[in-house]
Amino acid sequence: MARMLEIYFGYPFVRYAMIVGVLIALSSSLLGVSLVLKRFSFIGDGLSHVAFGAMAAATVLDVTNDMMVILPVTIGSAILLLRTGQNAKLKGDAVIAMISVGALALGYLFLNLFSRSANLTGDVCSTLFGSTAILTLSVLDVRLCVFMSVVVLLIFTIFYHRIFAVTFDETFAQATGMKADRYNLLIAVVTASVIVLAMKLVGSLLISALIIFPALSAMRIFKSFCGVTAASAVISVVCAASGILLSILASTPVGATIVCMNMGMFALCSLVGLLFAR
Amino acid sequence: MAQILCRNVVLGYEGKAVVQNLNFEVNRGDYLCIVGENGSGKSTLIKALLRLKKPMSGEICMGDGLEADGIGYLPQQTVVQKDFPASVREIVLSGCLGRFGWRPFYGKAEKEMAAENMEKLGITHLAKRCYRELSGGQQQRVLLARALCATRYMLLLDEPVSGLDPAAVQEMYDLLGKLNHEDKITIIMVSHDIHAAAACSDHILHISEEPLFFGTKEDYVKTDIGKSYLSMTGGERRGKDA
Repeated sequence: MARMLEIYFGYPFVRYAMIVGVLIALSSSLLGVSLVLKRFSFIGDGLSHVAFGAMAAATVLDVTNDMMVILPVTIGSAILLLRTGQNAKLKGDAVIAMISVGALALGYLFLNLFSRSANLTGDVCSTLFGSTAILTLSVLDVRLCVFMSVVVLLIFTIFYHRIFAVTFDETFAQATGMKADRYNLLIAVVTASVIVLAMKLVGSLLISALIIFPALSAMRIFKSFCGVTAASAVISVVCAASGILLSILASTPVGATIVCMNMGMFALCSLVGLLFAR
Repeated sequence: MAQILCRNVVLGYEGKAVVQNLNFEVNRGDYLCIVGENGSGKSTLIKALLRLKKPMSGEICMGDGLEADGIGYLPQQTVVQKDFPASVREIVLSGCLGRFGWRPFYGKAEKEMAAENMEKLGITHLAKRCYRELSGGQQQRVLLARALCATRYMLLLDEPVSGLDPAAVQEMYDLLGKLNHEDKITIIMVSHDIHAAAACSDHILHISEEPLFFGTKEDYVKTDIGKSYLSMTGGERRGKDA
């Protein structure tokens, strides 16, 4: 088995997949802690569907660099979602559900009506479930991903205490003079960017899993914000790395394998949490 | 100069006034209780005092140290906080955040301040415990310690005893009385528990769309409105409007 892995890691695309996978898992797990605690677990799901819709539109319009369409559209939706979250007329979860389903339907409709591709089902499937995209990364993709992860890590470290304060108690944070709206906006923009990048790895349907599972697993065991954040990052990286290895060895789909690892980890953490509680 | 001075303040939403003609002042060391029915504009007033909401007309002036330091706020508990994984120390420290501009991490001064306030409220031994595992009374002490990290002069408490058991309620009132007497911290408490309010505060503001009364407690219990409100709510259970 070790020899087989050695052969595989001789290929640059396998190494790229590993680097990108681990970095995306790290970034999304950090954001996940805050999103889950703020009751925004579904925002990852909603935004990934928006990204799918935008990608479909970009394909139809024949835009050479589809990132130029996907990124602004997704960030715009993220801001919109967090803004309407405070508006009482349409509740946050309803808006997320609406945008999510709407974008998914529109995306599929566009592809069906205008696509020139011979294998439409295959295209849709690979966008939604990731499949082979991660094994066809270019050096530019890897660089972009490294840059993005460094930015997310920096933002998270610099604003760590403020993110904690805004997540725990927004009103109090505002009362002490913090601009809570700005931090919400920051989280929204970063989340949207990570989701767009992560689409390459696990596909748009499974991004939610990358965001929520590590945080939820960590919360079973750890009881301080610091502990949960650190554990969530470690859990996510371990799951992503082992998931990628396993998918190479067993030739299973990468995204689905990583999510299964995360589910297993959640079960394990729940068990450990229960044992410790006694 | 007064710490807070409200002159002809009108508060409301989307052009519709909720509270009108608010005139009152709070001086250092006062213990003011704001009472009123549900929907009388108490929470709107809180937002205005925290400067999260602009008055539609009139003005709210802050002075006597409050301009720089702000108000320490004890909000009502939210759903999010009930299962939030955070240690007591992390929460108390977060009260210091408003004070230091753009520094990313806590310094020695903040850590000392948090330790001092935890000691003052008798929660030092809980510092490493998880917030969601504490009793209601302990949780309120943690939030109070956080509020004290944000201010040296004034605490604003929104229904601080709702949902607490009777023993914890008494402890909370004793603690607030001590902070008021010994540390000369001004206290503004919003409550619908008029009996407790009458027992521990020295000023009362009774609002119901318009302020019905503002003055000292001694005067309040003599007025008709005070008498009728005290007797009317006599049978009401504590913490009903959580």
